[in-house]
Amino acid sequence: MTTFLLRRLVNYLVLVIVATSFAYLLAGAALDPRSNYQGRNPPPPEYVVDKTLNEYNLNDKTPLLERYVTWAGNVATGDFGKTWEGVSVNEEVGRRIGVSLRLIILGVVLGSVTGVFIGAYAAVKQYGAFDRGSTFGSFVILSIPTVVIAVLLQVSAVFANDILGLKFFQYTGEYTPGLEGGLLTHALDRVQHLVLPTLTLALTQVATYSRYQRNMMLDVLGSDFVRTAMAKGLRRRTALIKHALRTALIPAVTYFAFTFGVLLAGTTFTEKIFGWHGMGELLIDSISRNDINSVAAVACFAAIAVLIAGLLSDIFYAILDPRVRIR
Amino acid sequence: MTQQTVAAPRSGGDPSAPVLEVTDLHVTFPNDRGPDVKAVRGIGYAVRRGEVLGIVGESGSGKSVSSLAVMGLLPESAETTGSVRLYGEEILGLGDRELSKIRGKTVSMVFQDPLSALTPVYTIGDQIAEAVRIHTDASKERAAARAVELLDLVGIPYAAQRAKAFPHEFSGGMRQRAMIAMAIANDPDLIICDEPTTALDVTIQAQVLEVLKTAQRETGAAIVMITHDMGVVAGFADRVMVMYAGRAVEVGQVDDIYYRPRMPYTMGLLGSIPRLDEGAEGPGHTALVPIEGTPPSLSALQPGCPFAPRCPLAIDACRAEEPAAEPVGRTGHLSACIRSGEIEEHGWSPQDVYPLPAIPEAPAAHVPREQRETVLQVEGLIKHHPLMKGAVFKRRIGSVYAVDGIDLDIREGETLGLVGESGCGKTTTLMEILELSRPQRGKVVVLGKDTATMTQRDRTSLRRDLQVVFQDPMAALDPRFTVADILSEPLRTHGYPAGAVHDRVRELLELVGLEPGHAARYPQDFSGGQRQRIGIARALALQPRLIVLDEPVSALDVSIQAGVINLLDELRGRLSLSYLFVAHDLSVVRHIADRVAVMYLGRIAEIGTVDAVYGAPSHPYTQALLSAIPLPDPHKERERRRIILRGDLPSPADPPSGCRFRTRCQKFLILNEEEQKECVQREPQILPLRGPAEDHGAACHYAERVEVI
Ligand code: SF4
Ligand code: SF4
Repeated sequence: MTTFLLRRLVNYLVLVIVATSFAYLLAGAALDPRSNYQGRNPPPPEYVVDKTLNEYNLNDKTPLLERYVTWAGNVATGDFGKTWEGVSVNEEVGRRIGVSLRLIILGVVLGSVTGVFIGAYAAVKQYGAFDRGSTFGSFVILSIPTVVIAVLLQVSAVFANDILGLKFFQYTGEYTPGLEGGLLTHALDRVQHLVLPTLTLALTQVATYSRYQRNMMLDVLGSDFVRTAMAKGLRRRTALIKHALRTALIPAVTYFAFTFGVLLAGTTFTEKIFGWHGMGELLIDSISRNDINSVAAVACFAAIAVLIAGLLSDIFYAILDPRVRIR
Repeated sequence: MTQQTVAAPRSGGDPSAPVLEVTDLHVTFPNDRGPDVKAVRGIGYAVRRGEVLGIVGESGSGKSVSSLAVMGLLPESAETTGSVRLYGEEILGLGDRELSKIRGKTVSMVFQDPLSALTPVYTIGDQIAEAVRIHTDASKERAAARAVELLDLVGIPYAAQRAKAFPHEFSGGMRQRAMIAMAIANDPDLIICDEPTTALDVTIQAQVLEVLKTAQRETGAAIVMITHDMGVVAGFADRVMVMYAGRAVEVGQVDDIYYRPRMPYTMGLLGSIPRLDEGAEGPGHTALVPIEGTPPSLSALQPGCPFAPRCPLAIDACRAEEPAAEPVGRTGHLSACIRSGEIEEHGWSPQDVYPLPAIPEAPAAHVPREQRETVLQVEGLIKHHPLMKGAVFKRRIGSVYAVDGIDLDIREGETLGLVGESGCGKTTTLMEILELSRPQRGKVVVLGKDTATMTQRDRTSLRRDLQVVFQDPMAALDPRFTVADILSEPLRTHGYPAGAVHDRVRELLELVGLEPGHAARYPQDFSGGQRQRIGIARALALQPRLIVLDEPVSALDVSIQAGVINLLDELRGRLSLSYLFVAHDLSVVRHIADRVAVMYLGRIAEIGTVDAVYGAPSHPYTQALLSAIPLPDPHKERERRRIILRGDLPSPADPPSGCRFRTRCQKFLILNEEEQKECVQREPQILPLRGPAEDHGAACHYAERVEVI
């Protein structure tokens, strides 16, 4: 088992390296930091620009491959280089990583757990009102891009706040700057800010998971072992939860690694729209600022996140399915 | 069956009442797009403590649905009416809460296919312990200990260890034992067994039936045994109920049903079974009773007797009204047929009622075997599959000795049956022969041509002479093509004159007993038996000389199977064919084959003429195999002594040293040490038993003829 996971880990690490390198090369080829300086008024002399760019390892006059080698050497020591403005990418990322993780983890856990239960229940009540409702809801959500969901949620929040007459739902930033009050006030404030973006992320997850889990559950519902469980004298509900759902969870866990990528993409827009200063926002900003090193750093973060999701998937799978455990 | 002391029923009902009494049970599955499916149409029966009731019927007869209805385990959409009483108390229509108290406690069930019937993610021990804990307040430890006890009772070796195993680590037979352990966990008053041995090999089936009998002795429970196999219930049941199209068409004491059937369907069913205990008198022997046609659709039943379209005795009155079950003959014998009285009066047998097709004799039959041409010769054939490990980088960690040195030959006009249980290598042998290429080791000679030295052209022309029919007719026929396309394809590829193809297709369809006018239909428009006939027609298209048949009838219901066997028998005579007939059903092989080879773990254990091998099997494995097969004959069944083999088939990747059968051999146990050494150290070769004159040999150091049937 441990060797199995170790082997998987090595595989994933190779993937992370490939993905990050690829992102760097792509960004290096497509983005042009020099233009940032050229747009200035008055334009700085070329040698000054070259000097600065060289310092940050961003000069397009150096062959891309050479820049890549320098960059990769630094990354290997844990240094992701500098932004075009000379700020340390490590520091920038360090500040943002917590912000993004909070969103991602909450979104994933909330989305998958709720999705699994909705899907399972819909399957048990196949063709019932709940099933039809959740099916319809999922398809609606899945057909709307995350950006639109986010905006829609913002609009409804404004509406809800107006009706309630309070400002419960906060839709910009992570917290209210300069808020007076104790720890509790601050905590509440953060929660208020967290609700909408988390919901944005979780909704898509709920929709995907509920669809998937419904199908998995339907597969096992009619199976012989559920019938056996009832023939032993288990109540229908117990048999469904203990035997059917438990078995139908196994494929859902493998699905986790797949949906995670989609979730990451969703995070990017969500952060941008709700004004959270996370990794997703960094990505969008750094692309528009021709900031090669930051783009590569975000790509690396995404790859590692996917790696962790993949490993977690494997571990859960091994825990849930005895057929894999014994190797 | 021995009279049991009646234990006090737990449900508080009347202790003198039957354990289970079903009256006028109807089950209907509503169908949105079309007429409802009336799966069960008014059946009734009663079972008392210690009694065994057999319910027999073919697929779709409603036998399983009715038992699920009794337990309230049908999907919610099913509509169930009638009455089901447990010790006199009505339980039909009870809610989930009340029913769950009965299920597993007073009434328990054993299902078919034990792999899917056990939850894959829990250990066997936990699943049995769960059954204990549902109905008692036993502690976790106590329940786990009880689970081990129960596993031990049903004959699982090292029960304490094996209880920690997961279902996929158990063999089919062991899973079924575990199911039985679960069913008897709470000492039930009634066990309903739904095809409990259908997915199992015959020696394992014998083990499981033995366990069921033990379980019944231990618990004194009544048993309802649902099966399609008339043999399984013959020696086990006290009474038998025959179902057809959702109705009980004949009920009676087991002897009445088997020796004095009075309903034409039961008669056909009994006559259609190839008999292990009745020798074939060579080609030209008696045909099986075929029941023409197929069971009616349960969503579009015609008025009158549902069996009328297939019944040779049908008269106009049969179609007027569905006959009710009326007493006939001895007390307790009921038959739903208006002509039962007549049958009783004349004492008609199935052969009197059903017209039997004449089976023509093969022209070669009169020529002594040695003088006939050898159409297939296999010498020392070996096929080892590599055993791989690892997902990405596979490495070879050993070999599966699928076929490990076998010899056999088939002469013109002859049928060789190749039999054995799953994993014995019979299918691999067949595939090796069909390859027509150089085998790993050994020699395959088809119609005088050695596959190792033949050219590509030889191979193509040989493919005309060597054809194959597979088990699953649907998988072998492409659903996008019409029957005409399917049959003309081999004709075209082998350059049959285009103008003659159409006529040949019609001719072929007629040959296999299908309507030539149906050539434009698709395979899915035909029933299973008809599809198999299409498969046979395709094999015949190029006028082959040798046909390899891979379990050609095992997917079919018995009444349909008989027709296909008769057809094969008849074609062999008419077209001078030779067959290599691969099957696990020894009764079918006895009926159709001239010679038989019994395989065990990649080797041939015994080979010889059918009469010699079946009449006096000499290898302990053959003896056990034959004794394990239940006969559709209650008297013989009750008197027979079964040889129950120990354990399961060893892994073909790691066969035992010396004699491969020694780990399970019943004879090995009674040998002295010196003799046992021989079995362990030296692999026995096939030696002729009574000199080279007689065609019968066995691969056992201590071969000895024994009669077991
Ligand atoms: S009632 Fe008529 S059709 Fe039905 S089984 Fe009897 S004889 Fe045959
Ligand atoms: S050789 Fe020995 S072990 Fe093998 S079948 Fe004969 S008696 Fe049994």
